[in-house]
Amino acid sequence: MRMPIFRRMKHRGAIIPIVLLSSLLFTACGGNSPTILNPTGPVAVQEANLFWFILAVATLVFVVVEAVLIWSIIRYRERPNTPAPRQIHGNNTIEIIWTVAPSLFLFAVLTGTIYTMFNLTNISSTNGSIPEIRVAAVGHQWWWEFDYPNQHVNNADTLYLPQGSVVHMDLQSSNVIHSFWVPSITGKTDVIPGHLNQKIFRADQVGEYHGQCAEYCGTQHAHMYFNVIVLDTNAFNAWVSNEQQSARTPTDALALQGQKIFTGSGGCTGCHGIVGVNLNSFDAAKTNSGLSATALVGPNMTHFAERRFIAGGVLIASEGHNWANEPACQLVNGKLANKDNCGLYQWLHDPQAVKPGNDMVISSLSDSQIYALIAYLQSLK
Amino acid sequence: MATRTIVEAPVVERRKRLDETYIGEWLMTTDHKKIGVMYMLTGFFFFLAGGVEALLIRTQLAVPNGHVLSPEVYNQVFTMHGTTMIFLFVMPTLTGFGNFVVPLMIGARDMAFPRLNAFGYWMVLFAGIFLSSSFLLGQAPNGGWFNYAPLSELTSNCGNAVMCTPGLNEDFWLLGILLLGISSIAGSLNFVVTILKMRAPGMTINRMPLFTWMTLITAFLLLFAIPSLTAASVMELLDRHLGAHFFQFAAGGDPLLWQHLFWSFGHPEVYILILPAFGMISEVLPVFSRKPIFGYTFIAWSGVAIGFLSFTVWAHHMFAVGLPPIAQAFFATSTTLIAIPTAVKIFNWIATIALGKVSLKVPMLFACGFIAMFLIGGLDGAALAVVPFDYQVTDTYFVVSHLHYVLFGGTVFGIFAGFYYWFPKMSGKLMNERLGQIQFWLMLIGINLTFFSMHILGLLGMPRRVYTYPDNLGWNEINLLQTVGAFMLGLAIMVFFWNLITSLRSGLPAGDDPWDAYTLEWDTSSPPVHYNFLTIPTVRSRRPFYDMKNPDIADWKTATH
Repeated sequence: MRMPIFRRMKHRGAIIPIVLLSSLLFTACGGNSPTILNPTGPVAVQEANLFWFILAVATLVFVVVEAVLIWSIIRYRERPNTPAPRQIHGNNTIEIIWTVAPSLFLFAVLTGTIYTMFNLTNISSTNGSIPEIRVAAVGHQWWWEFDYPNQHVNNADTLYLPQGSVVHMDLQSSNVIHSFWVPSITGKTDVIPGHLNQKIFRADQVGEYHGQCAEYCGTQHAHMYFNVIVLDTNAFNAWVSNEQQSARTPTDALALQGQKIFTGSGGCTGCHGIVGVNLNSFDAAKTNSGLSATALVGPNMTHFAERRFIAGGVLIASEGHNWANEPACQLVNGKLANKDNCGLYQWLHDPQAVKPGNDMVISSLSDSQIYALIAYLQSLK
Repeated sequence: MATRTIVEAPVVERRKRLDETYIGEWLMTTDHKKIGVMYMLTGFFFFLAGGVEALLIRTQLAVPNGHVLSPEVYNQVFTMHGTTMIFLFVMPTLTGFGNFVVPLMIGARDMAFPRLNAFGYWMVLFAGIFLSSSFLLGQAPNGGWFNYAPLSELTSNCGNAVMCTPGLNEDFWLLGILLLGISSIAGSLNFVVTILKMRAPGMTINRMPLFTWMTLITAFLLLFAIPSLTAASVMELLDRHLGAHFFQFAAGGDPLLWQHLFWSFGHPEVYILILPAFGMISEVLPVFSRKPIFGYTFIAWSGVAIGFLSFTVWAHHMFAVGLPPIAQAFFATSTTLIAIPTAVKIFNWIATIALGKVSLKVPMLFACGFIAMFLIGGLDGAALAVVPFDYQVTDTYFVVSHLHYVLFGGTVFGIFAGFYYWFPKMSGKLMNERLGQIQFWLMLIGINLTFFSMHILGLLGMPRRVYTYPDNLGWNEINLLQTVGAFMLGLAIMVFFWNLITSLRSGLPAGDDPWDAYTLEWDTSSPPVHYNFLTIPTVRSRRPFYDMKNPDIADWKTATH
């Protein structure tokens, strides 16, 4: 009976490192992951550095303690004719040593923690000529609204940021608690009704990053993603000046028909706003009831065509495209060749099937109405 | 002189009273041993229920964009998984161990308040059935086990959301928790009085077995922690049904109040779930290493230190809510401090094994597995106290990994160590060693497959409590691996129940003292008679039964305590 246990006992030491290593291999699979270990910007870099520090300390402790444990079990296992061991009750010197030793380790970690914590947001723009920027992130159930109070710009699902600029982000919610998180750029801060939490961070590299809500906020918490697009200063300024424009009036007949459906029979304006159509300005479009009397339920659609996400990332245009040039959503002779491949079609056809529980409850639209709406939405550049 | 004829009295055929039938004896018992066994069976039943919920979660998450559960059902299932495992499996099971073992260990004939004890048990069973019955209505709680307001509030100012957790879901949770709180208070009062007042002559506080020590500390933690949860639950019921607005910012309330109240219960709760397991390990390790526990005083008092400190660390669950930096620094420090007594315990356990004569019976396997796994849970717990790093990994699978290493690798391994250890005493039968070994290895591999990779998943940015995930974020393989590991754990638990049933039916007779143990519960018959001890033993050291069996080298002759 004893021998088989013992034989397996020898393997016991191997199991844990094998599992550890095989799990680490999976990090290789996480190529596209929004990992915290590939940080950009000083906040995420400091957070990741602390991780490597504590990983080193923990690995050291782990290896030593597990080794002593396994060695003790194997070395002192019962063998035939083992005499009764000495009845040792304890030793105060040893106790003091192993109380002090972990304390030293822990206080090293604590020092790093507190030092980093107080310096985390002590940052300035990479270049003196880059101004800081203020953005409000408003958590809805379940999508993000991004409002730029100084630029008078309001957008949903995508956060545009200028490269190298210190971002002061006001976190607001009028419903439940959400949590703002862009793993590559900054850790989380909760978005709590009635609390004016602020986040300060900086994105240092141009690119597209994954962001998401990290606090359980109801049925569709899983679909509260957003993407962050970091642009260099010129591109960002160009984006802002386009964004500040009112919606273009479409020239295409089908799109004009879509606009009519939007403002009329479709009932879209009950929840959505388009500056120049049913809204006078972007400030009127702020949906957060704490900010504006004109509370809207759904996102501002003025520049919808540039977006890649619908409704918290439940549908995403394919890589490198937006909803205007998404291949699956190109109308040919006023029709979609394969309508079920087009996310925009799926959404307008039955939003509750795509994202059960979301606020978009609409009466069903005919295919021709949907095509017209798609044409209109794609014109909103 | 009249003669009197003696007529044989007719035999009166009397129907058995209810408490004389087999079922009635259990239904009406106030015997701490029977109540203890019922607590454990109830706990194991809900362990199965919570396990099925866990496997449902893992099945849904096995592949991206899974369609096994709808989002509504998934949210109910993960809420009930946490609630069931914590309140209906671990707590009742640990209370069951305490009920069965503590009076025997301290040489008492029963708990101090036997009827209160029975009341506490029936309350747990009732609350468990009540909570689970919510599934029948399709309205199981769906606010998560920490049930954050305002999401969990019916009347919350949900702004524009159509789905704003209407329905009875949260009422089931709040009322169930209130009922369980009543049971916990009753149970812990009983433990405190029993342990403080009913110890055998000579058993000073400093000679109590460590499991008794940890049960006593746990009872005090419950007495001071539960009121906070009770208050929060009542406040939310008032919010939901009587128009109060404790957690409604629009009406001057504060959602964060819920979090403070919940976690000032919730963090002591974590130690309520682990301290009795510490105690069980501290009983099993010495017996199977054939030497006394190393550093008894340090293990006992580090438990007390953990008890006190556990009330000062609650806001480390809230580092992301935007507390002032100085408050965060305070809670980071207290969390760092609480790691020290925990480390001291681990070192003492290893020192108990070292220089001993280690017999790797199944209880010992689980006890060693406990140390190995709990260490991981302790280390990643210390990592979570690193505030800026916590900003990144809180509410991700990193935390799920941490809490499962502590509660599964720790508490559940401890429960199995204790169960395999005391089962012969409870039933008079031995459990099958081979099946126990199979269960242990399946669990050890399963837990690491399932939960170690969750660290990685958290670092890769996967948030917890999402019912599905897209396929392009590099999370697919790890999730599949976890599902495989989870089913391996499910298989291990099946092996356990098979072992339990076959051992009850046809296990080898255990005898009164199968492990050559040290403490008083083994100085009774297996299973113990109703009154436990014919004569109450007199205690002269920390290992009274060892002393009785080894009078020449008794601890009270050779050791100084």
